[in-house]
Amino acid sequence: MDIILQKNAQTIQHPSVEKLQELAVSGAGCASCVTKIETALKNVPGVDQAEMNFAQRTVTITGSAPQCTLIAAIKSAGYGAGAIVNEDGLEAQDEKEKADQAYYRLLIRNTVLALSVGVPLMLFGVLGGDMSVSTGPRRIAWLVVGILTLGVMLFPGRHFFVGAWKSLINHSANMDTLIALGTGTAWLYSMVVVLFPTLLPEMARHVYFEATTMIIGLISLGLALESRARGKTSEAIKRLIGLQPKTARVMRGQLEVDIPIAEVQISDLVRVRPGEKIPVDGEVVEGTSAVDESMLTGEPMPVEKAIGDELAAGTINKSGTVVFKATRVGKHTALAQIINMVKRAQNSKPPIGRLADVISAYFVPAIMIIAVVSALAWLNFGPAPALAFAMVSATTVLIIACPCALGLATPMSVMVGVGKAAESGVLIRNGEALQTASKITTMVLDKTGTITEGTPSVTDIVLTSDYSEAEVLQFAAALESGSEHPLALSILESARAKDIRWQNVQNFQAIAGHGVEGQNQDGISLLFGNEKLMHERNVVIDKHLAKAESLASEARTPMFLAANGELIAIIAVDDPIKEDSIQAINRLKRGGVRVVMLTGDNQATAAAVAMRAGVNEFFAEVLPQDKAKKITELQASGEIVGMTGDGINDAPALAMADVGFAIGTGTDVAIESADITLMRGSLHGLADAIAVSKATLRNIKQNLFGAFIYNTAGVPIAAGLLYPFFGILLSPVVAGAAMAFSSLTVVSNANRLRLFKPGEH
Amino acid sequence: MESIIINGAGIALIAAIVWWFWLYQPKQEAIGGNDLEILVENGIYTPSHVIVPAHKAFTMNFLRKDPSHCADQVLFPDLEISSTLTLNQAQQINLPALEPGRYAFHCQMQMYRGQIEVT
Repeated sequence: MDIILQKNAQTIQHPSVEKLQELAVSGAGCASCVTKIETALKNVPGVDQAEMNFAQRTVTITGSAPQCTLIAAIKSAGYGAGAIVNEDGLEAQDEKEKADQAYYRLLIRNTVLALSVGVPLMLFGVLGGDMSVSTGPRRIAWLVVGILTLGVMLFPGRHFFVGAWKSLINHSANMDTLIALGTGTAWLYSMVVVLFPTLLPEMARHVYFEATTMIIGLISLGLALESRARGKTSEAIKRLIGLQPKTARVMRGQLEVDIPIAEVQISDLVRVRPGEKIPVDGEVVEGTSAVDESMLTGEPMPVEKAIGDELAAGTINKSGTVVFKATRVGKHTALAQIINMVKRAQNSKPPIGRLADVISAYFVPAIMIIAVVSALAWLNFGPAPALAFAMVSATTVLIIACPCALGLATPMSVMVGVGKAAESGVLIRNGEALQTASKITTMVLDKTGTITEGTPSVTDIVLTSDYSEAEVLQFAAALESGSEHPLALSILESARAKDIRWQNVQNFQAIAGHGVEGQNQDGISLLFGNEKLMHERNVVIDKHLAKAESLASEARTPMFLAANGELIAIIAVDDPIKEDSIQAINRLKRGGVRVVMLTGDNQATAAAVAMRAGVNEFFAEVLPQDKAKKITELQASGEIVGMTGDGINDAPALAMADVGFAIGTGTDVAIESADITLMRGSLHGLADAIAVSKATLRNIKQNLFGAFIYNTAGVPIAAGLLYPFFGILLSPVVAGAAMAFSSLTVVSNANRLRLFKPGEH
Repeated sequence: MESIIINGAGIALIAAIVWWFWLYQPKQEAIGGNDLEILVENGIYTPSHVIVPAHKAFTMNFLRKDPSHCADQVLFPDLEISSTLTLNQAQQINLPALEPGRYAFHCQMQMYRGQIEVT
């Protein structure tokens, strides 16, 4: 591949360049193969280096030799080789679309060929033509039609018969088996009628060539339409894959070089102009801009980016030119991981689909048995011509049964539902999470960083001794300098703003859920934390409790600072509630979900925050290790519990909940523990996730109900259950049409989910 | 007499279906080792039964020759792994070290079915 160098807006083509290529190798069974393959490659002109990864069965080649030469060299050494297919890549997507298009064209061609024989035959029968074999010339005419029908079976219908045969010899049966048996039986019977008419009673000398050809034509048409409809079910993932730009403008010394994104290395400096997509993940080192991250997070407002801020691949640079340092490339970018997670979830099945899976496993042989039983019933109890009725009923049973509708019912809806959720910035880990999310009765929300912004700031410093405000802040900052807790960061921020300097404390100790302690350089023992901690250490705070409660009633968190066992100040911090938390919580409540807030904060502050956020229930002063216990308690009372959090402390609770929701802006640990990840900080994602899950489950149920009803009603009717009462016996052609369109109906119903809107934001 | 023959044949056919598809335990074609190549064609995986050693990561290469949508996904439900198979291109799937047991793999509609036997 050539590299395009850009300098001063001019493009220069360099025909031959050094490059890194990776190939997949097959057939290498022992370590000695490694040397053989590497040697074969090193002998190729233009190869500088070749290194094989035996575990991964890949070989990395440096040099300018073209890929086809490298593959040929490996093959001549006795092994298989090919390009590594990146299933998440644009090329793979293009390949898939090309293959789907070719398959669609093949099916349409098969449809036209089969129906061009079938339709005239069927019209002949419908318009009163004699479909039986009576005279000599008529036999010859039907023999010609029989041979034409054989042509339809061998060409447009070939794949049904080949598939059926291969499955049969492997003791397995599928849709091809049913179609091949159905159409084959009709054709064989008709050929017996044509070739040996005297073997059958006169009334049974009817031919069914039109059934064979029409069934092949209609099922091919159904498959073609299904193929088109299926393409739409994966639109969400296509859109995500499409977010990846093909090239990146990397700075190489004084030059800017356009290279494929696969060649971007960590620490490369990448320039992005306004309107361009960010090619890989990175950190801004030059310039400022507003970046549209809506495609990943669902957040419509562009986000301001300056030096030190992170950029994600696939987002769009809106205003200024920025230079950033690549931090994650290839399959490690956030976008690649999102694509991977969405694809994995799309292919997972919720428990509701398991019954259909079990039935699918026994379905086809069971239908074959029903066909035989049906034929026997007609032969034993049917009117004349019993043999013809038996053949028609058996064929119709085989053709009308649709294992595909059952098999597709769940995965198609999951595919669209998970994709739809991803479009709203909600990543669902698997089908089980999707199903459970639709049943959530209680949603537990962590306070800090979930309901609130998670960026508290110091609002009040109440002095209770002779120490000055600056000294108090210095002591507090010295204690909190080692902590990453949001409250600690607010103290440090406040100290910095006032230009206060501090030195680290000695004997530092964090008391989980309570506070911190240590000794400063002057030997003063410092204790900083909540009311409980002060009581435990016998620090007298009674006189100042009223003030602390007053601060808490304004949704501020009061923290007590003691020096040498004496209270010296109360520092209050305020963590504002997120702009849309109240609205999102109301959405959850309107949807019938009980909302509970969980916090380590004191009762009064928790009560004030809960009231402001519209949460009726809360658990305050919950230690990190007790969060999971609270979830268990709720579960024990019969609730299906969702837990939303963003911190490391939440990980056990997220794992314990029936569905764990991680706020995407949170830590990797929380996201790892979560069943559903919200890509943006807004709690609307929760309501969106539940709404999409409910809609998807509803869609799956419709599909499963439709598929079950179709098969359980269609098969008995095809067997002739209505004949004794109403004289109705289904034609195999009608059965073929019904079968072809049943799976199309399932896919189309799943596609309806694409139009679903999670709700008002 | 005719009736007995017809019904007897029918019952024999049903018995044959039950035996062939559900009861018969064929000697499955199995491959083992690190280099597992699976052909996806005509409704079956070839081979459909693979044997691998326990506690050792391994790779499976799927080559899809069937253009139908049935074949375009392979799922390992117990392992929560899935992959899209591109037509006529080998797709490498890295699988983790597994405990002894049987692990199914199949297409989305379960028309294609295979099994990994970890020993």
